[in-house]
Amino acid sequence: MEGRKDQTLAEKIFSMHCGRDVYAGDVVLADLDLVFAHDTTCAWLLEPFYQLTDRVWNKHKVFIFFDHAFPAPNLQIAQFHARIRRFANEQDIPIICEGVCHQVLIEKLIMPGQLILGADSHTPTGGALGALTIGAGSTDVAIGMATGKCWFVVPVTIRIEITGKLKPGVFVKDVGLLIAKTIGPEGADYKVVEFTGDAVKNFSVFERATLTNMSSEMGAKAAIVEFDQQVCEYLKARRDNFVETDLTKQLKSDLNAKYHKILSFDISALEPLVAQPHEIDNVIEVKKLESEKIKVDQVFLGSCTNARIDDLEVAFKVFKKVKRINQSTRLIITPASREVYLEAERRGYLKFFTELGATVTNPGCGACLGRHLGILYDEEVCVSTSNRNFMGRMGSPRARIYLASPATAAASAVTGFLTDPREFL
Amino acid sequence: MNWIFGDNINTDLITPGRLNISTVPEELAKVVFLEYCPSFSKEVKSEDFVVAGRNFGCGSSRETAVLALKACQIKAVLAKSFARIFYRNCINNGLLAIITDTSNIEKDDELELDLEKRVLLNKTKGIDLQIVLPGLMLESYRAGGIIPLIKQHGLDFLTRLTE
Repeated sequence: MEGRKDQTLAEKIFSMHCGRDVYAGDVVLADLDLVFAHDTTCAWLLEPFYQLTDRVWNKHKVFIFFDHAFPAPNLQIAQFHARIRRFANEQDIPIICEGVCHQVLIEKLIMPGQLILGADSHTPTGGALGALTIGAGSTDVAIGMATGKCWFVVPVTIRIEITGKLKPGVFVKDVGLLIAKTIGPEGADYKVVEFTGDAVKNFSVFERATLTNMSSEMGAKAAIVEFDQQVCEYLKARRDNFVETDLTKQLKSDLNAKYHKILSFDISALEPLVAQPHEIDNVIEVKKLESEKIKVDQVFLGSCTNARIDDLEVAFKVFKKVKRINQSTRLIITPASREVYLEAERRGYLKFFTELGATVTNPGCGACLGRHLGILYDEEVCVSTSNRNFMGRMGSPRARIYLASPATAAASAVTGFLTDPREFL
Repeated sequence: MNWIFGDNINTDLITPGRLNISTVPEELAKVVFLEYCPSFSKEVKSEDFVVAGRNFGCGSSRETAVLALKACQIKAVLAKSFARIFYRNCINNGLLAIITDTSNIEKDDELELDLEKRVLLNKTKGIDLQIVLPGLMLESYRAGGIIPLIKQHGLDFLTRLTE
């Protein structure tokens, strides 16, 4: 089209959802493809929702997940669940109780090029499939459920080019921590992060999801990886209705698209990293902390960041070699979804973990947000594969959370101290 | 009085995850900063200001962080910058989240907001500070939230106010 300037992938997707070519800085009222909330944020959206309407705009495009505390661990949450079930029944919309919303969305629902609004800050995770998946508060999602629309300022994009090949024992989580260390907790605020480069092309869909997930901790409005053959194969195997079209092939930034910033990372020399309490960018090499002998009370292998089958496989390899875990360290394994749980069961991981002394829980958010399944007490130390080490996040404000890869978490469960995983792999 | 906070105050500190299981704003007001600043919920008075550094409200999307602060009847949150979702939640609930240079504001400084002129007067120090306050936030504040605005004017109105 004459006069049409080159666009970023985010600008393209926004343009597809508001009927005109738009660019960073434009204000749009966009049509949403899918809207979701979960067992806490949904409770808070009921009041604004009913003030606007008594019916959802499209019952096939609204989803509710019970993942943050399911099954209900106390009476207050049971009341939340009951109110939300009533709402879902009345609206004839499903409640999905089979794991963390972001993982189930990737497994079953998200399509490339979609614009999705979710009442959860880790919604950018879904960008691993080449969609724009944006987190919001409950009121915005109430408006989305009522009208199918949301207003946005079209965001600028930070392009992050990742090249090189990870050394053995180093994982995508370590790459995420490196980026967090570099750009900080505000570095992507209001912006889209587009991950690209040879390394990203070689990352699996799930590895990409670890990166898009962690962009939330840098404030990103969304994170995205362009549609490619990997995404195509993943979707062909999982969606009855997926066909590659000219449209999906166009889901990439134009050559002369305007970026806010371009950052490059060569990950070839990267070491296993850890984010120390209580900030995501308080990042250091695990090796440098080993001499401090940081005693670990709990290891949490779970969350929307790192509890997929590949993550459980890495932990399995570490444990398989030594066939033990430290007796004074609690190991809690919470698979991200039912699909992950069943696959881990099929491969014999769950039996193996359980016999080692681990507690394997039902799929969901688990201990990540301090509501159930592994709340920390004063002065306790947890090595977690999640994405938040905020003070008080997993329980007592006097507990200390270290964020690390599944390999580092597993190695630390073996020794009982924060441990570089490379001697176990 | 002004409650002074630093950078990157996350919503887990404002309403901790295991305590914010309520939809009643007055209940949520009792747990604001319960562990991070225990005196806050006991001593905060209406018309007080919350004053912070960069990236206030980062982390979880939980709207309780805004509902709870609003239920404390504070006048506004002043910060050098806000995390995106928290900022939208403030717009949606009619809580003033005002971007300004908070570097030199102290606990006992007497502050006055002039919303029309978009100025924050620090009467104690005799300084006028420029503030960032989009039309949408101001209109929503005056209407008591975004829902009354939508009911009155429709969704398109929001984008016109944002531009």
